[in-house]
This record gives sequence, structure tokens and C-alpha cells, in this order.
Amino acid sequence: MAFDNLSDRLQMSLRRVTGKGRLTENDIEEMMREVRLSLLEADVNFKVVKEFTKEVKEQAMGEKILKGLNPGQQVVKIVHEELKKIMGDKAEPLTLNVMGVTTIMMVGLQGAGKTTTAGKLALHLRKTNNLKPLLVALDIYRPAAIEQLKTIGAQLDIPVFELGILEKPASIAKKALDYAKTNGFNLIVADTAGRLHIDELMMKELVDVKEVLKPQEILLTLDAMTGQDAVNVASSFHQSLSVTGSIMTKLDGDTRGGAALSLRTVTNIPIKFMGMGEKLDQFEVFHPERMASRILGMGDVLTLVDKVTQNIDEDDMMGMMEKMMSGKFNYNDFLKQLKMIKKMGSLGGMMKLIPGMNKAMQGANVDDKQLVFVEAIISSMTKSERKNPKLISQSSSRRKRIAKGSGRSVSEVNRLIQSLEQQTVMMKRMGSMDPNKINSANPMSALGNQPIKQKKGKGKNKSRFKF
Amino acid sequence: MKVDVIHMGFFKNLFSSKEKRKNAQKYNLGMKKTRESVFGNLKVLLDSSELISEDLFSELEEIFIMADIGVDTVLKFVQTLRHKVEINRIQSVEDLKELIIEEMYKLYVNDKIVSSNLNIVNDRINIILFVGVNGVGKTTTIGKIANEYIHKGKKVLMVAGDTFRAGAINQLRIWSERVGADFFAKEEGSDPSSVMYDAISYAKENKIDLVLCDTAGRLQNKVNLMKELEKINKIIGREIEFAPHETLLVVDATTGQNGLSQAKIFNEVTRITGVVLTKLDGTAKGGIVLAIKDELDIPIKYIGLGEKLEDLEHFDIEEYIYSMFSDIF
Repeated sequence: MAFDNLSDRLQMSLRRVTGKGRLTENDIEEMMREVRLSLLEADVNFKVVKEFTKEVKEQAMGEKILKGLNPGQQVVKIVHEELKKIMGDKAEPLTLNVMGVTTIMMVGLQGAGKTTTAGKLALHLRKTNNLKPLLVALDIYRPAAIEQLKTIGAQLDIPVFELGILEKPASIAKKALDYAKTNGFNLIVADTAGRLHIDELMMKELVDVKEVLKPQEILLTLDAMTGQDAVNVASSFHQSLSVTGSIMTKLDGDTRGGAALSLRTVTNIPIKFMGMGEKLDQFEVFHPERMASRILGMGDVLTLVDKVTQNIDEDDMMGMMEKMMSGKFNYNDFLKQLKMIKKMGSLGGMMKLIPGMNKAMQGANVDDKQLVFVEAIISSMTKSERKNPKLISQSSSRRKRIAKGSGRSVSEVNRLIQSLEQQTVMMKRMGSMDPNKINSANPMSALGNQPIKQKKGKGKNKSRFKF
Repeated sequence: MKVDVIHMGFFKNLFSSKEKRKNAQKYNLGMKKTRESVFGNLKVLLDSSELISEDLFSELEEIFIMADIGVDTVLKFVQTLRHKVEINRIQSVEDLKELIIEEMYKLYVNDKIVSSNLNIVNDRINIILFVGVNGVGKTTTIGKIANEYIHKGKKVLMVAGDTFRAGAINQLRIWSERVGADFFAKEEGSDPSSVMYDAISYAKENKIDLVLCDTAGRLQNKVNLMKELEKINKIIGREIEFAPHETLLVVDATTGQNGLSQAKIFNEVTRITGVVLTKLDGTAKGGIVLAIKDELDIPIKYIGLGEKLEDLEHFDIEEYIYSMFSDIF
């Protein structure tokens, strides 16, 4: 997930500080250099980086901090607060037209992901606001762009309004609006052609469409991999169209997505959503404060909670976590867990949302397709085998039988056994982490005022995982 | 354009031939915005400085970073500048300008012959595989390269290897009709490797000179998709010896540091023989390709300067440097 490397770097540079009792000016200088480089490597706009490090440094240099009892922690807090400030303080909701038709225009450069995102957004608003969406195809230039939107519409069962490639976008938009009104649609998501922000003719076209649609929202779709130029692009679009928000796409890649950080400061455009994959439901509300936490490696418990409550019974999840922590974990649980994960999205994505897991999972390639095979293997086990994993790990004839039954190889069965064991060990370790260790892996955990106590008995891990 | 002749030593040599200058003019048009937005800063900076100070070096660092040249490459590059300034006792800012150009050129060329020509020869089926992340312009690039080789008299086949994205097959089909290339596709959702296999049979039967294989955009951290690409590559190599003869990574000029990660990981899966830098007609400068060349020694083959068929140019480092710096000197 995005920011992984950034959080690693920040953690690295802050670790030295966290361990110390007192900060010297040199310490701060050195740390700021690391922070600066790290942010630049993450594609954060240069000006933003400058402002950011200046601000943090000034605050860190303040008397209060230097005389404080635990200066490292306070610096971490300043960095966190500052990151939060840069990305906007809270999630910005969409403006909807409650009485009539809400119209939304998607704009952006070529290849940013407007068409896919238009579909995702329509689906999202149908799900969360119970709106009746109509997709409108205004990309008359890119070959087969309309067909792409129609395919997406068909997949989502959302109608697509199109008039081919001969009519002007503004005129198509006008007819789409009339069509929506007479046919009971209350949401229009208009997909426009990708264009360069410096192409004046093409930008004029968007202004024309805007005049017709009078949209509640004009959303700039921005590729999360965009470099320093992100700010130029956003500023130009904003100048011509008064953009109301932006959507970061391709955040499921390994990009550090520093553009997200820059966008708000330099242009004041809030980021409203993020695209997390090619599947049409891989789309999330952008939460700046959570993203800030993620940058610092605090994990993103809140996003996880959101996903859980949307898709899963909370008690189920609690029980699962407890069981995982206690180390009593069998194939039934494994299967249940798989099903939960499938409901929630990709395994890799989920794991990274859990604090501490990010580090623990490093190097482990999480492969979603394998999940199907794993399910097949577990389905070929007897009830008692599922309950008692030892039965299988101690008997090769059982393993052979299971392999045959599931149509997988014995080595795959062995791998599953191993991964269950690994998971048990890992969970045990997480469950019994001592507070000092947590400190180094996750400096923000030290921010909580109460020291983490090891409670005994059931529910002892609740304090760390707020489910 | 005003050029100070005295300080043009190396620079002048670069652009001595008339043809170069003419070509550079075309680059100029496409990259004008690029220059103005970023390297314009460099001019202001250099003009306002009289002495070479440490501040100037760190400002230079910043400016190169703003051009999306990789952080490591920039640090190394500026270190080289510092060193050269010291050992050559360079004192005037004017001499420093020349040094920047010279070193930038050396950084790219690295004492080797770097060719932007593709490995395409007569009397064999030449296969070019196009790879890259989503939305960089693979399909459009294929259309443009097909156009170039059709004009050179080659029989070109376009293969719709993106069976995943909605509308991708038709997008390529429309391009093939526009440029008059043969077109091969199977239905959406087919295994791309099987598409390649059948396309190669088609190429053999129809005496095709050049096969351009489109693939679905994929983020380099998606294990399954990269495995799929590995398989595509393997199948092509099995059907035709030493194929694909070129594997081109298409990179969007707006891409930041992630471009390096793209090049690294794609290069591990299918040996990348060159980079196509697209969308250079915007304000982005695509400096990350310099880092790709520096760290992975992968040359740039083409740059995309617009949406029209002919808006694809063979990359020429001299022209690239010239057009980036011509306003400054």
C-alpha cells in the first residue's frame, strides 16, 4: 500500500530520536534531513516539503519540547499533527442535490483512471446514498472509450447515456440531463475525455460542459503515481473549472503517493476518495487523518473497522482476533477468516491496515488467487481434521488424501499447514508483544497516555485492537 | 533565442549539424512548457548568482528533483558537479552551466553507444512486447509505432493482448484500421498467452514483418499479473527464438519516483530493452527516465509529444538536453 516506504523512512529517522532522553539541535537537523529526503522520494511536492520541515523544525526547537520529559515522542506527535494538517483535517463529504438530480463531472489527464472511477463512484453512491445513477459518456476522442464505459455500466447494472462520437460533449450533457430528469435518475456521473491541463481548447470544452450540467461536484481524478507535476496539473484544472474535490487512483500500487500530501496544501482541493484496485468495488472514502496515521506506520485501524462494519459481524471478528491471539487456531477459523477477507477485499490490503502487521508481513507475497485453492484444500479435510490441525501435520496419508480430494498437490497442502503454523506463531507473538517492542516498531503507540498493560484472561488484547 | 557563443564549447559541438538543429526545433515545440515551468527556474537562479556557493548546489539539487529525476541520481549528479568544480577550479557561473550540460550528457551516455533504434531486421518475424502500468499510453504508442513501420514498408500486425480492460480490444482495433495494420484478437477475458500463441501462428502464415503486442496495464506489485506477463514472455520466446526482440516499458512523463520501481520490477520479469516516455507535451519533464538509465542502464527509445499519429519521436539525448536547456544558455 502507498506510503509504506515513507513510513519506514520516517520511522527510521525518528527511531533515533525516540530512544533519546533529550534532543540536541543537531538531532533535529539530522532528522529533518531524513524527513525531507523521504518526502521527496515519496513525490511530495518540493514546496510542501520545505514548508513541512520548516514548521516541524520550528516546533521541535521550541523550549517546551527540549525541556520535556520525552522529546522524541513529542516530535513524532508534531510530525503527525503536521501531516494531518497538510492533508486536511477530516474527510470531506460530497455535496449532493437532495431535491433534484445530483450531477458530478469527472475530469483529469489521460490515463488517470476517470472511466473506471466514474463507474466506481456511481456504484458507491448507489450503495451508500441509495441514489439511482446514470453514467454519461462524454469522451468522444479516445477510441473505444464509450464502449469501456458501457461495459462497466453493464457490469454494475447502471445505464449509460451516450450519443456516439459526433455530437459535442456539451450538447450530449444537456440531453443526458433531460433524459435523467424524465426517467427518474437522481445522479449523473459524467465521464469526460482525458486532456492536458495546458490544452486551452480542450479545457474550454470542459467549461462548456460545466455550464450545461451545473455540477454539484467536479472531481479531479489524479494518478497516485504522479510526480512533482501533480501540483501544476491540479492548479490548472482548478483555475479553469473550480474543482470541488479530487480522487486519488491506483493507490493499491507500491507508489508512496506523496501527491496526496501536496494536493491539499498547494491547491486547497480536498481529496475525497481513493481507488484501491481494478475491481469496481475497490473504492474508499479518503480520510486524511487516517492517511496521516498510515504514513507514520500507525496502521489504519479505523479503515479496517469501517470495512468490518460494512461487511462483517463485529462479534465474529472479535472472537476471531481473540482466538488468533491465544494461539488456538484451527482450519475452521482459517476458513472463516478467508471468507471474511474475501468479503472485505484483498488479503494484502487488509493485513497492512493492522498496526504492526505491515512490518511483520514484509517480504511475504500475499497472493489473492491462492485463497481459492486454500479453500478447496480445507474443504477436503474431515471435520475432526479441521478442528485439530495436528492430525494432518502428523500424518502423510491424510495429507495425500486431502491433496487428492482437493485436486491440489501435496506440497500445497504442506504449505497450508506451514502457513497455519506460521500464523499461529505470529499471532501469539503479536498477542504477547511487550510494550517496549511496540514502541520501536510503531512509535505512535507511545503517544497514548496510558501505558499498555498486559491484562490477563479473555479480551486481553482489546486495548490494542479497537474492534 | 539569444545564445552566448563564448560559453558554448561543448554545447556547440552537440548541435553542429543542421539536421539536429531542425529536429530539436520540433522537440522544442513539444517541450516548451516543460522548459518554462522547471528549467526556467534554473535560468533565474544561475543568472542571479555570481559565485558558486554551497547554496547554489543545494538549489540545483532541488531543481533537478522538481524535474522528477530520481533523488539518488540527483544527489550523485550534484556531487559530481561539486567535485568537478573543485578539481577544475571553476569559478564562474557561466562555466558551471556548461559543466551541467556536459555531465548530464555523460550521465546518460555513460561512455557507451546508446542507440534509440529498435532491434528490427529483415527476413524474420520481429516481435515487440509493450508493457507498463495502467493508463500510460501503451495502446496509443503501438498505433504510432505501427504507423512508422508501415510507412517504412513493413507488414505490421497488432495483437490485442489486453483482454482484461473493458474496451481495450476495440481501442486497438480502431488504431489498426486507422494505420492499416493487420489485427489479431480473441474474445475479452481470454488468456493473453494463448492470444500471443495464436497471433504468432497468424504472423507466420501471413508473412508479417513486425508484431506489436499490447498487454494489459498492470501495477508492478501485483504478483499474479506479473506472473501472467512472465508467461506471455515465455510463450513468445518458445514460439520464436530470441523473441521478443524488444520489450518496451511505457512510462508516463507525469510519473514520479515510482517510475524507477516500475522499471526495476518489470525488468525482473521481462528483460526491458527500452523505455517509451509518453505525454511529454504536458508540463511534466519525465526526468525519472534519467534515473532509469542511470540505475538500470535501460535506454529511452521513443518520446511521445502529442496525440496525433506522428507525435512520436525517436529519443535523442542530445536533443533532449538541448531542448531542456536551450532557454538557459
